[in-house]
Amino acid sequence: MSDAIKKVSIIISKGSLEGIYPGLIMANGARAEGIEANLFFTFFGLDAIHKARNEHIKLATVGNPGLHFATMAGGLPGVSTVMTYYMNHKMEKLDIPPIPEFIEMIADTGAGLYGCKASVDLFGLEKNDFIDQVQDIITVGEFYEKAAGGQIIFT
Amino acid sequence: MSTTTIANSDVELNEEGFFVHPEQWTEDMVPELARREGIDELTDAHWQVIRFMRSEYLAKGMGPTVRILGKTSGVSIKELYQLFSKGPAKTAAKIAGIPKPRGCI
Repeated sequence: MSDAIKKVSIIISKGSLEGIYPGLIMANGARAEGIEANLFFTFFGLDAIHKARNEHIKLATVGNPGLHFATMAGGLPGVSTVMTYYMNHKMEKLDIPPIPEFIEMIADTGAGLYGCKASVDLFGLEKNDFIDQVQDIITVGEFYEKAAGGQIIFT
Repeated sequence: MSTTTIANSDVELNEEGFFVHPEQWTEDMVPELARREGIDELTDAHWQVIRFMRSEYLAKGMGPTVRILGKTSGVSIKELYQLFSKGPAKTAAKIAGIPKPRGCI
């Protein structure tokens, strides 16, 4: 088992429901296996740790061929809300927590949560805009320092 | 699969170290099983989690996930990871002599 994974650093770059969950599940799963984990939120992925926004993450119903319905239908008002509600309901049944609770839980497992400085500056945000579990807003260089000795996963 | 002697009894463990036959487990094996997982000193909180895992398994046929443990065992997720640093559900299941919990959350 000498080649077992001991550390992962996961980048979450998208702000949609299906863009955020996979990274969270991988980070939480890593900790459950005793693997060290860091989460780095960049670009629209910052919404996942944004105090006012992380309770309102939506499923992308446009530009998402995996949903198998017409792009025009996906763009109608309310469709994204309804589909998000449906998806959240299904996930709740499978015991997958809502995003805010999930992130709090991941922080409790001892994983590190970080925001990307370039994106925070780009969107005119500051540390106060993010949930308390976010340890720091860091540069890409600092991210690589934290990721040293482990695997990097971009989502 | 291999046969190992724990607390003077022969038990069968799988490749990962989980009990193949949970009924072979007894409580007096716990200190030795915990030591194999790097836990030298068992606190009341460790025991609380181990007994909870065992009773959940006996009642439901599978061990709880970390999220359920944090919600229902009386030990918070933060504390669970301090008690079992190599993964609470997995490590506690090994010590409680039950199969590895399967689940992505």
